[in-house]
Amino acid sequence: MSGAVESEAFRDAERERQADAFGMWIFIGSEAMLFGAVMLVYLTARMAHPEGFGEASSRLSLLLGTVNTAVLITSSLAMALADLLVKLGRRRAAAWALAATALLGLAFLAVKGVEYADEVREGLAPVLGLPFAFEGADPRGAQLFFELYFASTGLHAAHLIGGLAAIATVLATWRRSTDAACLRRTRAVGLYWHFVDIVWVFLFPLLYLVHR
Amino acid sequence: MSERIGAVPATYMGEGSGPRAWLLTTDHKRVAWLYLVALTVFFFLGGAMAVLIRVELATPAGDLVSDDAYDRLFSIHGIIMVWFFLVPSIPATLGNFLLPLMIGARDLAFPRLNLASWYVFIFGSGFTLYSVIAGGVDTGWTFYTPFSTMFSNSYVSAAAFGVFIVGFSTIMTGINFIVTVHKLRAPGLTWFRLPIFVWTMYATALVMVLATPVLAASLILIVLERVFGIGVFDPGLGGDPLLFQHLFWFYSHPAVYIMILPGMGVVSEILPCFSRRPLFGYTAVALSSMAIAIFGFLVWGHHMFVSGQSAYAGLVFSFLSYCVAIPSAIKVFNWSLTLRKGEIAFETSMLYALGFLGLFTFGGLAGLFLAALAVDVHVHDTYFVVAHFHYIMVGGMVTAFMAGIHFWWPKITGRMYSETWGRIAAIVTFLGFNLTFFPQYVLGFLGMPRRYHAYPPEFAFWHILSSAGAVVLALGYLMPLFSLGWSLFRGPRAPDNPWRATGLEWKTTSPPPPHNFDETPVVDGPPYRYPLAEDGA
Amino acid sequence: MSFGIPFAPEQASSLAPGVDHLFYALLAFTFALGIFLSALVIGYSVKYRAGSPADRSGERSRSAPLEIAWTTATLVVAFAIFAWGAVLFMGREHPPADAIEIAGLGKQWMWQFRHPGGQREIDELHVPVGRAVVVSLASQDVIHSFFVPAFRVKQDAVPGRTTHVWFTATEPGRFHLFCAEYCGTEHSGMVGWVVAMQPEDYAAWLERQGSGDTLAQQGEKLFRALGCSGCHENSTAVRAPDLHGVYGRPVALANSQTVMADERYLRDSILQPAREVAAGYEPVMPSFDGLVDEGELQMLLSYLKSLSPKEASP
Repeated sequence: MSGAVESEAFRDAERERQADAFGMWIFIGSEAMLFGAVMLVYLTARMAHPEGFGEASSRLSLLLGTVNTAVLITSSLAMALADLLVKLGRRRAAAWALAATALLGLAFLAVKGVEYADEVREGLAPVLGLPFAFEGADPRGAQLFFELYFASTGLHAAHLIGGLAAIATVLATWRRSTDAACLRRTRAVGLYWHFVDIVWVFLFPLLYLVHR
Repeated sequence: MSERIGAVPATYMGEGSGPRAWLLTTDHKRVAWLYLVALTVFFFLGGAMAVLIRVELATPAGDLVSDDAYDRLFSIHGIIMVWFFLVPSIPATLGNFLLPLMIGARDLAFPRLNLASWYVFIFGSGFTLYSVIAGGVDTGWTFYTPFSTMFSNSYVSAAAFGVFIVGFSTIMTGINFIVTVHKLRAPGLTWFRLPIFVWTMYATALVMVLATPVLAASLILIVLERVFGIGVFDPGLGGDPLLFQHLFWFYSHPAVYIMILPGMGVVSEILPCFSRRPLFGYTAVALSSMAIAIFGFLVWGHHMFVSGQSAYAGLVFSFLSYCVAIPSAIKVFNWSLTLRKGEIAFETSMLYALGFLGLFTFGGLAGLFLAALAVDVHVHDTYFVVAHFHYIMVGGMVTAFMAGIHFWWPKITGRMYSETWGRIAAIVTFLGFNLTFFPQYVLGFLGMPRRYHAYPPEFAFWHILSSAGAVVLALGYLMPLFSLGWSLFRGPRAPDNPWRATGLEWKTTSPPPPHNFDETPVVDGPPYRYPLAEDGA
Repeated sequence: MSFGIPFAPEQASSLAPGVDHLFYALLAFTFALGIFLSALVIGYSVKYRAGSPADRSGERSRSAPLEIAWTTATLVVAFAIFAWGAVLFMGREHPPADAIEIAGLGKQWMWQFRHPGGQREIDELHVPVGRAVVVSLASQDVIHSFFVPAFRVKQDAVPGRTTHVWFTATEPGRFHLFCAEYCGTEHSGMVGWVVAMQPEDYAAWLERQGSGDTLAQQGEKLFRALGCSGCHENSTAVRAPDLHGVYGRPVALANSQTVMADERYLRDSILQPAREVAAGYEPVMPSFDGLVDEGELQMLLSYLKSLSPKEASP
């Protein structure tokens, strides 16, 4: 039942599972360097424009941001549940948990879309040549803030979409996969999903909670 | 059945033929060939641009190509050579082929990821090539802002995006190598019994995985600024151009260690074999490889001593730069002592390896000049820097690549090549290289700036020497293309272990079977157990 | 030059001999070590070539004492070189107090220099021998770099900030000036000359150029034309800080911090006045971002600096 290996290189499934998880951890390490670099850019800009960033941050919707944080953390809960269920051999339930994770991820994107639309409407989106209007002490700083807001949340959303694609792929091949394969893939996708969640847990206070 | 190139029944080359068997392969040995073909094309493409550059620079006036064309030439030369040749060179060809063999495994940990990395590489490099054909990029391979974000009207975004995609290929290779070394070593193969080549592949992979994402961030931010108007580096918006330099060099300095560590690994295999002696100071060399990888992350500011960064930052980076020189020096001493009391033979790959020793050392010593703050103020952004990195990258890494290709060619193809022509090529390359690049040290000290295509007449003498050398060097690189290519068709068949080398890869057939080993080997002792019993004491 | 072939640049500044000493010391060390290692490798290759009758008994493949010895030796040499270079470098940070201040502006693809007496030069800079000169560098567009090989000086000119480079010419003559940071199409053409003259000749040259307004006088005219004096000089309508004596002294900000009123502070106050508001004042100053270019900023800064006593340099 669960002894088959997928890769030519391995002789036993347990080793292959460890290798998959290890590989995913290393990938997460590299992603941490990517987001770390972006956050460092943000922090440098923030130290140069504390007033502007404070004012600009207060124009973000704290309500929607908090809702989204709750949605994403819940999605991670669903993912953790999926992992547990697969380990217990309850594959159908696990598939439902994975689907719930994906749905919550989609909800996150929907809320983000609403936020972006609001920001564009209020003239707070200095992207794609759209007009940017900000009355305050430091309009340049505010503009920089919003540029980095769109850049970093955009990057995060792109990673989230990647996670959704991964879940979709796993679910598409769920029925005809071995138990070992299901376990391995859930574990790997789970690690990635939790990482995307953690990135948001950093982005949220950095972006939404300046001077609050 | 008709004889195929290098094929013997039941080897990886013979099994499955036709484009699909190669383009959809998951066999690490075939993926290595896919990379080898692509990288050879890029090497000669970048090399052709170098020849054009040297022809232009043979005369003081800018008379061969226009200003704009010259700027595009050196930019694309840099981009191709750094990202589409040097970074993948040894890891994606020799590393892919040999890593599983050297540790007694049947393949890398993630064979499909390996194939995917090649496609990602082709897609990304193709994208950048499109930008070249469409008109080129003129920012230099370093993409400094605000020129690249606000002032250049060349194909910056396309070129940067292509490099960004290729970065994923690098990360995928890195992940594959790290997991392979951790999880797939044969029984008895402890860390300190690994060949140094494996150690350096591992150290390189660590840097690949941790540094490349920062390049991704820098390039994303450039593209975002050009395409979406997000102006993080724009001083007019309160941004800072120096921020780009910090981000860029935080990657690009470790990147140069990605580009040299594999070469160090190759040379560490060849010197013991042709001296018939174990590598001197194995532990020191292994640990130095890791030290170089780690320290390499701490020195990026030495590219920015005159950039406007604070003088105190300069002091810190200068100090750390001297620290990173020390593990390299340790390796050079250990390599040199490996020769002592040996039985030294001068096959082609040994000649290249000895050439590496000399050229890498000379280039590394120039690093001592550059790390000295007061001297760097004078020679920064001059031909002194150009000479330094070409000594290390070309004199070092490309030479090591040649050494490795010649050393493992019998194993990879099952054919032997002409030793005579090989040795001639090695010597021609060494002489041509020195003639090309030594004058550039003098030019730099005299004050000849980089990226100039016209210059004051008093610099002409050294430029003429350098351009003459380039012709000789080009010849030196063309020769192996022919002699190795010839061997594929007409070379005599290679035995399993033509050099009587230690290492697990020599314990299987030449070329190896698809699954590498008929039985998993067991390791019971350290590497480099030269001299072997059959050498006769 | 030997046989008409140049090997080394001229030494024409007070810093040059020091840099050259270090360079030649490094060269000597490089050659010594290089010759030693070459001799070792070639010697071993010959003596121990396959089939030679050399004695090969007693070979070892590791030696902890040797590793420690050469690591330590390398460390000592490395840190010695570091210290030497660092000391020379720090001298670059502190121009003498009586240096002549030149405003240098780099733009694609030319250099513009303004002398304190208002004389302007394009792609040439006349300086007196024996007197320190500080060039404050600004860029109109992209990063450029001011490089005079004969003086052994180089400094990037970065848009959005002012950097400085100083030197004392020791020989009269014409010396190459190069832009040393790639800046676009005519980067190779962004070259010029630094002309060092004996002090009497220099004075005569300055006379011949005519003195229009000094840089500071031009700055004062701009100060009035742009309306700065409307608030900053005894205005009854708007309260604005008096700028006499500001440069070089600490300023208390509205957010309880204190900053030094250096060139960066003055620059930022003109371009982004709301960022660092002085304590006790309303943030009503308009921004002049986009209304003054780098050249005009240099004039304004020169004027503002002239309002402070000379010793007050931050």
